[in-house]
Amino acid sequence: MEKTKNTDIVKKYTMVIVLVLVTSFFAWQTGGAILLPMNVSSLISQNAYVFILATGMLLCILTGGNIDLSVGSVVCFVGAIGAVLMVNFQVNMYLAILIMALVGTLIGAWQGFWIAFAQIPPFIVTLAGMLVFRGLSNVVLDGMTVSIKDQETFVNLFGGGANCYIPDFFGNGTLNLTCLLAGFLAVGIFLFLQIRNRRERIKKGYDKDGNGGFVIKLAVVSGAVLAFTWRLSQHKGIPTVLIWVLIVVLIYGYITSNTRVGRYFYAVGGNEKATKLSGINTNRVYFLAYLNMGFLAALAGMVTIARMTSAQPTYGQSYEMDAIGACFIGGASAYGGIGTVPGVIIGAVLMGVINLGMSLMGVDQNMQKVVKGLVLLAAVIFDVVSKRGGKLIAVN
Amino acid sequence: MEKVLLEMKHITKTFPGVKALDDVNLKVTEGEIHALVGENGAGKSTLMNVLSGIYPHGTYQGEVFYQDELCRFHTIKDSESRGIVIIHQELALIPYMTIGENMFLGNERGNSYKINWNETYGRAEELLKTVGLKESPRTLIKDIGVGKQQLAEIAKALAKKARLLILDEPTASLNEAESRALLDLLLHFKEQGLTSILISHKLNEIAYVADKITILRDGGTIETLDKNRDTITEDRIIKGMVGRELSDRFPGRGKRAVGPVRMEVRNWTVCHPLYPERRVVDDVSLTVRRGEVLGISGLMGAGRTELAMSIFGKSYGENVSGRLFLEGKEARLNSVRDAILHKLAYVTEDRKGNGLILKNSIRVNTTLANLRAVSRHGVIDRDKEYGVANQYREKLKIKCPGVDRHAGNLSGGNQQKVLLAKWMFADPDILILDEPTRGIDVGAKYEIYCIINRLAEEGKSVILISSELPEVLGMSDRIYIMNEGRIVGEMAGGEATQEAVMARILSPGQRQPGQKGEQNGKD
Repeated sequence: MEKTKNTDIVKKYTMVIVLVLVTSFFAWQTGGAILLPMNVSSLISQNAYVFILATGMLLCILTGGNIDLSVGSVVCFVGAIGAVLMVNFQVNMYLAILIMALVGTLIGAWQGFWIAFAQIPPFIVTLAGMLVFRGLSNVVLDGMTVSIKDQETFVNLFGGGANCYIPDFFGNGTLNLTCLLAGFLAVGIFLFLQIRNRRERIKKGYDKDGNGGFVIKLAVVSGAVLAFTWRLSQHKGIPTVLIWVLIVVLIYGYITSNTRVGRYFYAVGGNEKATKLSGINTNRVYFLAYLNMGFLAALAGMVTIARMTSAQPTYGQSYEMDAIGACFIGGASAYGGIGTVPGVIIGAVLMGVINLGMSLMGVDQNMQKVVKGLVLLAAVIFDVVSKRGGKLIAVN
Repeated sequence: MEKVLLEMKHITKTFPGVKALDDVNLKVTEGEIHALVGENGAGKSTLMNVLSGIYPHGTYQGEVFYQDELCRFHTIKDSESRGIVIIHQELALIPYMTIGENMFLGNERGNSYKINWNETYGRAEELLKTVGLKESPRTLIKDIGVGKQQLAEIAKALAKKARLLILDEPTASLNEAESRALLDLLLHFKEQGLTSILISHKLNEIAYVADKITILRDGGTIETLDKNRDTITEDRIIKGMVGRELSDRFPGRGKRAVGPVRMEVRNWTVCHPLYPERRVVDDVSLTVRRGEVLGISGLMGAGRTELAMSIFGKSYGENVSGRLFLEGKEARLNSVRDAILHKLAYVTEDRKGNGLILKNSIRVNTTLANLRAVSRHGVIDRDKEYGVANQYREKLKIKCPGVDRHAGNLSGGNQQKVLLAKWMFADPDILILDEPTRGIDVGAKYEIYCIINRLAEEGKSVILISSELPEVLGMSDRIYIMNEGRIVGEMAGGEATQEAVMARILSPGQRQPGQKGEQNGKD
């Protein structure tokens, strides 16, 4: 009994353990460079789009392993529209943001309609979207680069340029105290909520987890957050894009674990027929997943052009693969119904660490792709095989 | 003079928790048509699966002798290479392939580098002629009717050089004329020396073709009747099929007051979603009263599930027509949501396939059909949800370490209770229970029966759909008998006997005179 419990814990936190191992490996290989404040900070800003897109992708995957291939193109298209509006048409920045969000959502609605109500396979619909919006990006940009360097507020707001950090209110120049304080505050809130929640659960007799596991979990998470903000405060502080990522992650983490709609995503992916027979409109669930994916792709589009301070027809290529990869590495089931936002965050960080680590080691770009591909395959093989009870070859 | 082709001796096959076959013996003589009869779950299909190697040698006890040789089949290929070919009830044909391609699927003509299409279609044409199917072998399977598909399936069996042909309810989806043609074909094959085993529920067909009849009941052989030796009557077969004692496996009906009519269905007709010309429910009318347990009896495929699901928000079928009255008012339920709002619940027969989300917890499954009741402004109140799940866990005695356990880890009986909990929490007035005790052990069955009684005492209406006759007889206040999409009889629970119900099911021709008027006149 005790033994199965331990293997269960290992299974549950496999990716966390892998993340620690992989990070240690790169820290060793790069002489600690990967843990330098500057690199920790760029881990966030470089991978912000992965966090945002992977969260949206998780909802699609939850509905039954369905993926959205079009997100890279939608990111590019929305970015292109925003840049053209702000630069060529001198549209007010906030209006431009609104229009971008609207365009993304409309694209989501368009694809969602065909997938959910006309029941065209998602693979086909989003493959079409991938081509259509890549092409349209070229049309909108006329094949050129549109620079948004002058749109400083926009760029700073979405985490691009040199000045994209939350200003330090008490700073002395070397250590960003605001950032550190935010870290402590976050840990405080986290501990408060967790402990209160557990107390209530124990009082009502729901909780079966051991005390040890709980304390270790709290210590690990708090330690990680503190170490992370410590590193950030040694660089320039909190990148603005981290705020966006946090907002997305917190909201969607809440939706998936606490709301009725969130429950429906899991139910549809877990057993669509049972869900339908429980009086839930499954078509609407599919529609929502893709609608939302469009919206988040728009947000990722804003982040992308801000970081690049320009829009180009080639932006966003293979972003969909990064997002899908983060989901599966983060424990989402390729058959749907299983996966969490925290898991996806781990997956995205792991991908980011692998990217950054290999870049620092000077590994060839092409080999990086090879490694990423193998990691993705390994993660899904692990998922499928462990569910089959450890048998590698399925019985025919 | 008679040569025994096949002899199965002392076959015992157990599945986890169930003994599907218990010391079964079967002896088939060369050149005869041997019928295998028994209720659903009597073990007919299991026996044939043992024979054909679907359950490989070693997973069962006993011996199979074929052509005087002890056989140890490990796959279907092994048995087919000896000429034993089984045709399952669900046809194993691929709709978008031609008849010829289907006939030689897995048995392709030519060599490993190239299929010889000329030989394939040439041979196919010959075989189609022997089964009397006048279609080009290049026709796609989807373009011919079910009757012709059945013939194509037989031609496919012949292509494998069958010596022993096993047909599992071959006429189940055929009309009268097609059935007759098929049976004549079997007789024709018999003259040419082909041996067949025929599994069927239709006694008139069996009487027409069979030389011998073996009756199975509850996983055991009851007797084998020989046309030349015994006088075979329907009564005798029915007695053999159902002749078990009604013991105290049921808690008894107790005293409950059956109230006025709560739901009435009039002239309900439903067509098959894939073959819209096929009526799976045909002009069914019935009533359900308050506080009543209404049994619907019939064999698998009689249209009971289809009837229930089509009433439950049209979740099955095409062109659903007919009228539905709830508490005297006509209701149109166009979605499951509508049905739930009108206080209907349908507890599916297939709890794994479309009942529970196995990879979710008991808690999540319990509240799925009524999440609104445990949430506010779209946010789920976990405390409340735990409370509800625990409450039902105690009420229905669901055995589990905690409500956060995955439903998939529970035993069948406990899964069934979770499913019941889910629908009881949805607070319905009318519960349709479709095969609520299938595949669960005796103890859990008894508990489910107690729950059913309690529901009826609370004034709910329970529609109990079951293939197990004793269950329907032991639990229901009133029983409808369904066959081939129609209601073929109605009996009061106290008066019905297994023989009477089975006779009504097996002899669809003899419909009760004036039965229809009786039904309409009643309420």
